Amino acid sequence: MLEAQALTARRGAATLFAGLAFRVDAGRALFITGTNGTGKTTLLRILAGLTMPAEGSVRWRGDAIAPFSPRLREDVVFIGHAPALKDELTAEENLRSLVELSATHPTDADVEAALTAVALGAQRTLPARVLSQGQRRRIGLARLGFSRRPLWLLDEPATALDAAGLVLLSQMIAQQLATGGTVVAATHQTLDVPAERVATLTLS
Amino acid sequence: MTGALALSDNETPFGVGAALRWAVVRDLRLALRSRAELGVQLLFYVIVVSLFPLASSPDRTLLATMGPGVIWVAALLASLLSLPRLFASDFTDGTLEQIALSPFPLPALVSGKILAHWLTTGLPIVVLAPMLGLQYGLDAEISGIVMLALLIGTPILSLLGAIGAALTLGVRGGGSLLALLVLPLYVPVLIFGAGAADAVRAGLSVSAHLSLLTSGLLIALVGAPLATATAVRIALD
Repeated sequence: MLEAQALTARRGAATLFAGLAFRVDAGRALFITGTNGTGKTTLLRILAGLTMPAEGSVRWRGDAIAPFSPRLREDVVFIGHAPALKDELTAEENLRSLVELSATHPTDADVEAALTAVALGAQRTLPARVLSQGQRRRIGLARLGFSRRPLWLLDEPATALDAAGLVLLSQMIAQQLATGGTVVAATHQTLDVPAERVATLTLS
Repeated sequence: MTGALALSDNETPFGVGAALRWAVVRDLRLALRSRAELGVQLLFYVIVVSLFPLASSPDRTLLATMGPGVIWVAALLASLLSLPRLFASDFTDGTLEQIALSPFPLPALVSGKILAHWLTTGLPIVVLAPMLGLQYGLDAEISGIVMLALLIGTPILSLLGAIGAALTLGVRGGGSLLALLVLPLYVPVLIFGAGAADAVRAGLSVSAHLSLLTSGLLIALVGAPLATATAVRIALD
């Protein structure tokens, strides 16, 4: 369960949001919408423990989290604005490296299966440099496929994805919710996720 | 080994060894994919060292006196030139966020990156030094001492430089700021490193210089990864 209490974020002199409070239970998703510059990314970075809120606190499973708290780092998958891919490495190497960074050791077959699942099977030995934006996003989706972590924080996961990619993303989120995981995503697209499990927060 | 270190880090039960290996393997692979960049840095080192004999008089004793110092200054500059590469691209493409959010202890991941940096820039500097010493007529004994001092000193350059590289992340004009920040910190390394060869020439023991360099290395090995990890977290905020 993720809980935010009286969160306030500032960027320079501007206040992005103030007094924000919400609760996301296990098996539930929170979709954050709002126009550009309203603090969606900042909110996700605060939840991930990357940025300090100006005021307020975040609790994960009852414990108040400090930035970079070890507890949270074992439970969270954060997919940020930047896809964290290296142009020089192949799709396969990129995925493996990101998965290994979360202290998981996939076999070659696992990596191949995960890439095939996001329709990158044929591109898996190509350097990320030659992949399209959508294909690069799909490597992020493949990463989610490996994750048995309870909290997903996704910053615009649907950007550059085609219709099939959106379906794939919706399925993954639905699966995560069905297994008792929690998802917080900033998104503009409508995702096909069971409505009773989803709450929407609009920042303005 | 991983247990004790991970616990003293007081962060997570995940292994320091695995974290080191992840960072070293990844950064070495990336370095091998962009060999041209590494080649340019080494070439820079070779050229800087080779310019001095051309610019000064071809007097053998003069060259032999200034040789070790020139090699050290060139090593400093080459190290400085390669520092932005350490974190800048990881910072821009979002990898650094993932590294900081990994369950592995951040100081261990950072140490792995620094080790890979030294293996790709410091080690070649050490290996090339005797060949460059030939231009200055350095004899085998002096060349050996220069190499040994570089072997102890260049890891300090990578360790101290990493702190500066992390502190200047996301700063406009970070490159020149990095030089201003790091070069003064390099001065003690330069003094004791280049001084070792002078001591041999004067017929003194080099142990004082090398001991001081080694103690500097030990202090940097303990302190620099922690300071760099803190700087990385600040840069991401």
